[in-house]
Amino acid sequence: MSAPVWNNKVVKWVDDRLPVFSMLHHSAYEYPTPKNLSYMWNFGSLAGFVLVTMILSGIFLVMNYTPHADMAFWSVERIMRDVNYGWLIRYIHMNGASMFFICVYIHIFRGLYYGSYKAPREMLWWIGILILLAMMATAFMGYVLPWGQMSFWGATVITNLFSAFPIIGDPLVTWLWGGFSVDNPTLNRFFSLHYLMPFVILGLVVLHVWALHTVRSNNPTGVEIKTPQDAIAFHPYYTIKDLFGMGVFLIFFLFFVFFAPDFFGEPDNYIPANPLVTPPHIVPEWYFLPFYAILRSIDFTVFGIPAKLLGVLAMFASIIVLFVIPWLDTSKVRSSKFRPVYKWFFLILFIDCFILGYCGKKAPDDYFMGIEGLKVITVGQLATLYYFAHFLLVMPIVGKLERPKPLPASISESVLKGGANA
Amino acid sequence: MRKFALTAIAAAFALSAFAGTSAKAAGNAPVPEAQEWSWQGLFGTYDRAQLQRGFQVYKGICAGCHSLRFIAFRNLEGIGFNEDQIKAIAAEYDIEDGPNDDGDMFTRPGIASDYFPSPFPNDKAAAASNGGAIPPDLSLMAKARLHGPDYVFALLTGYEEEAPEGFDLAEGKYYNHYFPGHQISMAPPLYDEAVEYTDGTPMTMEQHAHDVVAFLNWTAQPELEARKSMGMKVLLFLIVLTAMLYAVKRKIWRDIEH
Repeated sequence: MSAPVWNNKVVKWVDDRLPVFSMLHHSAYEYPTPKNLSYMWNFGSLAGFVLVTMILSGIFLVMNYTPHADMAFWSVERIMRDVNYGWLIRYIHMNGASMFFICVYIHIFRGLYYGSYKAPREMLWWIGILILLAMMATAFMGYVLPWGQMSFWGATVITNLFSAFPIIGDPLVTWLWGGFSVDNPTLNRFFSLHYLMPFVILGLVVLHVWALHTVRSNNPTGVEIKTPQDAIAFHPYYTIKDLFGMGVFLIFFLFFVFFAPDFFGEPDNYIPANPLVTPPHIVPEWYFLPFYAILRSIDFTVFGIPAKLLGVLAMFASIIVLFVIPWLDTSKVRSSKFRPVYKWFFLILFIDCFILGYCGKKAPDDYFMGIEGLKVITVGQLATLYYFAHFLLVMPIVGKLERPKPLPASISESVLKGGANA
Repeated sequence: MRKFALTAIAAAFALSAFAGTSAKAAGNAPVPEAQEWSWQGLFGTYDRAQLQRGFQVYKGICAGCHSLRFIAFRNLEGIGFNEDQIKAIAAEYDIEDGPNDDGDMFTRPGIASDYFPSPFPNDKAAAASNGGAIPPDLSLMAKARLHGPDYVFALLTGYEEEAPEGFDLAEGKYYNHYFPGHQISMAPPLYDEAVEYTDGTPMTMEQHAHDVVAFLNWTAQPELEARKSMGMKVLLFLIVLTAMLYAVKRKIWRDIEH
């Protein structure tokens, strides 16, 4: 593909000095994209869209928010009641956090199913995990800012986890808090970091897209682009497909904003923070529930390592393990579509994550789905076991033993056979 | 693949639906019965007359112990009072202001921009007057509890004259069916003809409870009507736009085998 010729004099003048138009041309028109991407490939751009939405709505919230323990709750209510369309901005931001995680979790599961982490996309995958970690930190600190009961007690529980580390634990927690309990200094630093982190995420997203444009998109067959017939230009084909997806997604997103704005939230967070009253159930937001279940499932000591420390380590390990799956997966085939055995294990993992989420929501001593005698903690432990076994055992072993179905010779071939619909 | 994805999604949804319902039922208090509220559904709006009756109940009964800190008199425009009515309501209250030029605090009649004064000067005073319990602020009550308005209604009407056999009720506490732990410090607040309605609405305890919960739902979500009406327009616009984007997508992709 040749360098573009600019007919417009102004465009040419600018482009000769700073080739923004050439760059856009290069990454939109010349960027070859597999022609068989399904709608599962819409969620990356959707996540990017939500990130921008969150940054913009957040900037306007900050104009009216007061990061002080005595005034934060009040200032949020002022936003809801007195700021013009303040309720709209806040509900967009509040539900936007859930939407961000919905998009990113679908995006991750898509990557897992189609083997998008395998060579040569390891760096792309890693940066993605870093984005997930940065998102989690951002979401956690943002949830603290309204200074409601769940904000305060969530912050207390989660920061206290660091006290599990031997020797440095307690000083570390004091350092995080900026005092001897979660208080005004904690709120202030969380506010500062909550404003910083989205721009860190933005930087990571630039790297993510850079890596993507170097290795190019994976696709449902997992077979690389081989001939020009396999690919189409990103624009207009995928710009319009992404725009259509965005329309569908916005209908979903804004339905919650306008008609069920508190659906994802906890009622307790409409009670101002009170250090003297502990809520009966301290639960994190839904997107942290599976990790919370893993944390709580470790209620035993191993080799004298206390349960709490093990729980914290298990929780961190549940994400860290994702970094090494490019090497844990021994299969020669990327896409699970051609992996008759692994695909069922993937289904189990997918359901396992929901079971973990359920266990994170319930009290450990409750009965699982009301089944007499089956405690939530037990199910949580089994689900945690499977979560790790999936990556550490299933991926290496099934990859070696399984006989994959024959791959199509190329993307074009699979498309002509109607394979994209399989 | 399609079948496979459907199985996965169905299983996941079944699980999360279960988590949603039964997690809420946990604890020792029964799930409050769902009531009919005028603001429910996509098109639901507030009933101004009901909100005004509810305000009457709040003013006559609840305000003795419960503050309404996030509501200013000017906000009452939202329940259908005009400027003069609001001025008159505000003027009924004594508001502490100051310091004046002599450095003294003074009391003056309320004006529209004042917030509802709290019945107690601070939490300690509130606790001292209420057997150690602090009556919570009611501004956000309708969304600060599980099941929101249904719960508040159930609580207000869920008192039993006597605790069930074998229940150890502490001194100065009341037995409430829906309060977590069943022991509540608030005496049954409502009764038939607790306040005098002038619009002919029956003055039963249930009616009072319905009305005051409606009022509290308004104090918690005064933006509800603006939100829903904007939501309708936005969603209609988006549905049309998305349909058109789909048509454009079909046209652009027409010649591509995919």
